[in-house]
Amino acid sequence: MFLWTSVIPFLVVGLLWLLIRHALRQPLWAEASSRIKKNRMALVALTIICAYGGVAFVDAVSWKDDKNSPAKSVLDRVFAKMPVEETYSAPMAKTTTGVPHPKPLEGKHLFGTDGNGRDVLYQTLRGCKTALIIGGLTTLISLPLALLLGMLAGYYGKLVDDGIQYLYTVLDSIPNILLLVTLLMVLGNGLDKICLALGITTWVGLCRLVRGETLKHRDREYVRAAKSLGVSDFRILTRHILPNLLPTVIITVTLGLSGLILSEAILSYLSLGVTNETGSWGNMIDAARVELAREPVLWWNLLAASSALFVLVWAFNVFGDAIRDAIDPRLRS
Amino acid sequence: MSEPLLKVENLKTYFSMSHGVVRAVDGVSFEISRGKTLAIVGESGSGKSMTALSVLQLVPEPAGYIESGRIVYEGKDLLDLTWEQMRDLRGKEISMIFQEPMTSLNPVFTIGTQMIEAMTLHGTSRKEAKTRALELLRRVELKDPVQAMRQYPHELSGGMRQRVMIAMALSNEPKLLIADEPTTALDVTVQKQILELLVKLQQETGMAMLLITHDLGIVAQVAQDVVVMYAGKVVESATVQDLYTRPQHPYTKALFASLPSRQRRGQPLTTLEDAFAPISGDEPSQ
Repeated sequence: MFLWTSVIPFLVVGLLWLLIRHALRQPLWAEASSRIKKNRMALVALTIICAYGGVAFVDAVSWKDDKNSPAKSVLDRVFAKMPVEETYSAPMAKTTTGVPHPKPLEGKHLFGTDGNGRDVLYQTLRGCKTALIIGGLTTLISLPLALLLGMLAGYYGKLVDDGIQYLYTVLDSIPNILLLVTLLMVLGNGLDKICLALGITTWVGLCRLVRGETLKHRDREYVRAAKSLGVSDFRILTRHILPNLLPTVIITVTLGLSGLILSEAILSYLSLGVTNETGSWGNMIDAARVELAREPVLWWNLLAASSALFVLVWAFNVFGDAIRDAIDPRLRS
Repeated sequence: MSEPLLKVENLKTYFSMSHGVVRAVDGVSFEISRGKTLAIVGESGSGKSMTALSVLQLVPEPAGYIESGRIVYEGKDLLDLTWEQMRDLRGKEISMIFQEPMTSLNPVFTIGTQMIEAMTLHGTSRKEAKTRALELLRRVELKDPVQAMRQYPHELSGGMRQRVMIAMALSNEPKLLIADEPTTALDVTVQKQILELLVKLQQETGMAMLLITHDLGIVAQVAQDVVVMYAGKVVESATVQDLYTRPQHPYTKALFASLPSRQRRGQPLTTLEDAFAPISGDEPSQ
């Protein structure tokens, strides 16, 4: 337990930092970063992503005060003084709503409280970690799989291609949501299992794309020229074809990220998502859905979760687009 | 006469297509001596490019394959070599430049990166490769080699890119350079410059050259020997002088007749269709 809560967040941040530092030493990425620095929108998007990442990090680092108490994250400690009310209250409201006898409040809840009287801002912030884990871990599972199989299929053709195509066509012939539900029933609940199940169902589209692009680049003259200079197949795939696939892959992955975070919401709706203790925007939206028909309308829960989702998805898309433009030397001015 | 550098005997490269086997190269034989230039001439689809690709065993897979024949380079048959040995030989002993300078360079890397890779592949250190790359770019008469090292392929003109390709092909001092229509995609003035550059570099390095072209006009400038191909077969093989003064085969005669000439001013040009059926099934020039 100690490992999960204290070491892993630092490990993730450390690895990301090493990866970025290593990438920036290569000319392609070094130049891309200098171009991104000039793109104001991209910087705004990056700041937003970092802010979400920061919240997730603060939520991930936790420790126990003594042996018997549950571990509390930094975020929990920040919000520890926030009182838990009995039921709904509007943002900054002085009384609770939705009950016959409203209770007086201090107006401390910036985004109001939900049905259980919990602070909505706190819940929304807790959703960051879940969203980023779902987006990140799933991509970490599906991207290597799609790249490896797609490039092998596209480059070698023949039997390799047939085998890989057979595999993903079979997977793809099962309706996605059914496969997802089945997988989750077999694997059981839990954030890591959701990521695994989503990873297994989402690599197919990307793989097909990568295969097609590889097929296109395989017959380009620069690949033949590289071969005529004695470059090995492995090197051609990793050093020559892969960089040319990156723009397409980056766009697909960033667009896919938003889809992944949204599918967590859908899974929550089917009660296959994360448990209630794990903060998640999907759960919040699901809970708020019932309340929309009430009078007065309890909108803040829904608005907070969907705005958080919207802003993150927007930032990912803008930043992904900026990277795509930045690593394409043909768009260099 | 000493042993030739490259000797191709009865080479057959076939393509298995859905409608049957296409005999792209059908029993071709020729020889290239050290330091000499052999030109293979023929129209589109005659199999000249496939002959060149067969030498390096780069025939497009999975459809194409070398059916039979011998490709003897410095006394050893290249078809007997393992895959790794063959890869080691490419770029080091035999290099190739291609028709399309626009697409033969990887669009996402700088010229410098690609030149250095070509050399480090065959065991040169990075530092040495960098200085050599600059020197090579200077030798192929690129105006600003230092600047060019940092540029991307799309920032160079067609002629400049072809110079870079030549520099890359020469980077490991190959004994044989295969030039597959090196000037076809370039305009006439640049064509002339590139050909002159190739001849100059050949004199400096003493390498042999296999020039693939459909342009009889450039053959005389560069080559000593000529092989004329038609529909996968060699129809005539001679020295440049013999071929230009006494073409033997009717196809070669028809090729010469189709060239514009000052003597026949005002008359329509003879086309190959007048004398020969064009090769059916428009095979792309590879």
